[in-house]
Amino acid sequence: MDTVESLPIVSPILRASGLRMRYGQGSGIVHALDGVDLDVATGETVAVMGASGSGKSTLLHLLGGLERPSAGEVWLAGRRIDGLGETALARLRRTAIGFVFQAFHLMDELTAAENVELPALLAGQSPRAARRRAAELLERVGLSHRAEHLPSALSGGERQRVAIARALSNEPLVVLADEPTGNLDSAATLDVLRLLDSLRTAGQTLVIVTHDARVAATADRLISMRDGGFVEETRLTHGSTGRLGELAGLEG
Amino acid sequence: MGRVLLVCRLAVRDLRRRPAEAVLLLLAITAATATLTLGLVLQGASAQPYQTTRVATGGPDVVASVVASPGGDQLAALEALAGAPGVAGHSGPFPHTRLVVKARGVTTVAWTQGRGAASAPVDQPKVTEGGWVRDGGAVLEASFAQALGVRAGDRITLGDRSFQVAGVAVTAAMPPYPKICFSPCMFGEHQMAPPTAPPVSAPREDVNFGPPGPNGLLWVTDADARDLAARTRFLGYVMNLKLADPASAPAFIDAHLPTSLDTPFLASWQDVLYGHNKMIEWKQVAMLVSSWLLGMIALAGIVVLVAGRMADQLRRVGLLKAVGGTPGLVAAVLLAEYVAVALLASAAGLAIGRLAAPLLSEPATGLLGSAGAVPFTWSTVALVTAVALGIAGVATFLPAVRAARTSTVLALADAARPPRRTAWLIGISTRLPVPLLLGLRVAARRPRRTVLGMAGIAVAVAGIVAAMAANAHRFEEKAPGADPRTALSQVLLLMTVMLVAQAAVNAICITWSTALDARRSSALARALGATPAQVSAGLSTAQILPALAGALLGLATGIGLAELLDDDPVTVPPLWQLTAVVLGCVIVIAGLTAIPARLSARHPVGEILRTELT
Ligand SMILES: Nc1ncnc2c1ncn2[C@@H]1O[C@H](COP(=O)(O)OP(=O)(O)O)[C@@H](O)[C@H]1O
Ligand SMILES: [Mg+2]
Repeated sequence: MDTVESLPIVSPILRASGLRMRYGQGSGIVHALDGVDLDVATGETVAVMGASGSGKSTLLHLLGGLERPSAGEVWLAGRRIDGLGETALARLRRTAIGFVFQAFHLMDELTAAENVELPALLAGQSPRAARRRAAELLERVGLSHRAEHLPSALSGGERQRVAIARALSNEPLVVLADEPTGNLDSAATLDVLRLLDSLRTAGQTLVIVTHDARVAATADRLISMRDGGFVEETRLTHGSTGRLGELAGLEG
Repeated sequence: MGRVLLVCRLAVRDLRRRPAEAVLLLLAITAATATLTLGLVLQGASAQPYQTTRVATGGPDVVASVVASPGGDQLAALEALAGAPGVAGHSGPFPHTRLVVKARGVTTVAWTQGRGAASAPVDQPKVTEGGWVRDGGAVLEASFAQALGVRAGDRITLGDRSFQVAGVAVTAAMPPYPKICFSPCMFGEHQMAPPTAPPVSAPREDVNFGPPGPNGLLWVTDADARDLAARTRFLGYVMNLKLADPASAPAFIDAHLPTSLDTPFLASWQDVLYGHNKMIEWKQVAMLVSSWLLGMIALAGIVVLVAGRMADQLRRVGLLKAVGGTPGLVAAVLLAEYVAVALLASAAGLAIGRLAAPLLSEPATGLLGSAGAVPFTWSTVALVTAVALGIAGVATFLPAVRAARTSTVLALADAARPPRRTAWLIGISTRLPVPLLLGLRVAARRPRRTVLGMAGIAVAVAGIVAAMAANAHRFEEKAPGADPRTALSQVLLLMTVMLVAQAAVNAICITWSTALDARRSSALARALGATPAQVSAGLSTAQILPALAGALLGLATGIGLAELLDDDPVTVPPLWQLTAVVLGCVIVIAGLTAIPARLSARHPVGEILRTELT
């Protein structure tokens, strides 16, 4: 059996070509994605912007194997994944992909640490190793002191940082974030921004869907979408200056 | 008027929105009311066949019997009774003895009564097969003949003499085999050791009571009876009395209590009827106990359904309240829904119980007439309906109170039913394989539902095990020749089938509620890398583990229940049967949960997470 652990790190790590997604039938048909091509290089951060309903979430779901495209191809680490079965996709997500959602999607009945260790447990790691990894990650997102709190006791920003820690649990090749700051106020947004920026500088490959220009400004590349297609691509060159505060204009 | 219409319309809409739940609710209440109806209808089901037999045979109001001991003047005592005030007629005294009967390889004991060719004015047994007594030809009482499996024309041995079976007859003077009893043994409630009488069980060397054991009844000619009595050295006399007022029979007996073994022992027709009812009493016990068990399972299922709808209901309540509906209106809508379901269910339950009752009261052998004519009274209808409405009331009360207390905003936000956190279960689960990990966590999210599911299984298994114990017990205890495939097995089988059916309905209710409730967390687990197979195995595990615990609990409870219902030590069913019940229960639950679990695990993850995103 082919294991996802052995996926080679190739560039582009993530590639989509001719990606189409249709929902419904007949006159009710919706073209959520209409022929999209995308290459994401290893270590690159791509921001996707666009109006509501332009197909951003659909794109992320297809890239992460949550849904299968109507047409087109998705390649992850040199392997084609758009035709894989549910079980193979699940195994792939387990180790190669980390998801971050706008609504956080934490399990309400689990503490922060239990939420973060869940992917490691699903991947078959020992409880001790999973817990150690969770502690590291919570430390990294600055929430060690919140490890034993339930999501209901955390602020929105804290919840999203827990969700990001969870996404990093199995050292994924790619993190896919769908409007990670969409439910947050300015201060919390800034916390999450800092975290995402630190991931970028650490070399984590990231695809972030966002409405927020400040979030988009942290990316290496910015893609604008409309009606299921890409309308504009901009390469950002903040690498040299690179300071989040300046870019986001929040620390003036 | 407008408000009533509004309430009805809202109620109908809500039921139609969730048809599966409405149907499950209907099934649960129907099963409970059907069993209750059966239990009530069977109460006194034998009274009418007994009355028919009493009329057809000139049944006595009082039966007097006495042992003829050397030197005693027992016949004079019987004659005195015949002349006592209140006595309107009599037959006898007839000579009788008690002896060993051998027929078709079965050995048992019977009272053998001597009769003339002429018809007796009181207690003339009615021949249902063959003819009346002749020299060398015996007539067997019907329940006795059935137990031995003999028919007219067969040969039997009485003591050491061979007889031909001349016929089979019914009588209203004695309860059925093996409860037939004359002095000095007793039956019924009125002859229970009179305090004024000397100890009647004192051994008497001068009287031979014959062999111990169960008793049948048969009739021979007067000459044959005296001959047999001489051979067994035990002679007694029976006299049947007709009273001016049959209802006064117990009082008559109280006025003529035996003072020694030489004075007559009396039994009233009420005692005989009691004996007949005694024979179907265990049926009533079984039916009533199973109604209670079914009622408990039904209640568990109803609570799960009602609670499962709570989040949904609360949001609706929030909506209604937001547009100006009062808590009263909200409660009225819920009540209207549940009352409609309860009324339908009690009608169905009454109909099923009414139709099934004759099947169960059927083998009332030893009596005339069809047992199908079971009493079905308005009080039965009223009681069954009241129980169903009571269930509806409780089902309404809980969410109504909760809804009235929940703030409108909170209800709209649907934060009213957050999952529980059972920390120790979550802690244990981290050490387990992924399907078990997911399953334990699903179970831990709704501990009350898990406990209710477990309780439902425990009650069902307890009922089944009690039935098995009763069955094993009866087989052991049965009198020689009594047919083991009697109505008892029928009732126990019916009870088991109903318990299994109800437990299955319950399991389906609980699995659906659980699968719906766990939709988001299942989708999330899959987004994080759990495979569909792991998720569906997890959902099934969440039902199977409590089912296993419930089944084991039910085993112990069932044996305890059998102990409680039976005065004698219970016969514990063999281990392989108990193991089979537990395994069968787990397999059935696994099968029932597999479908909803698989369905919910196949649902596209993206879609669920997207809809839950609002
Ligand atoms: N399951 C679905 N069925 C039908 N239409 C859908 C479904 N999911 C998404 N859509 C439609 O696809 C389009 C793109 O949706 P989405 O990718 O969620 O947009 P965005 O995330 O950019 O707001 C929208 O018009 C949406 O209504
Ligand atoms: Mg979206």
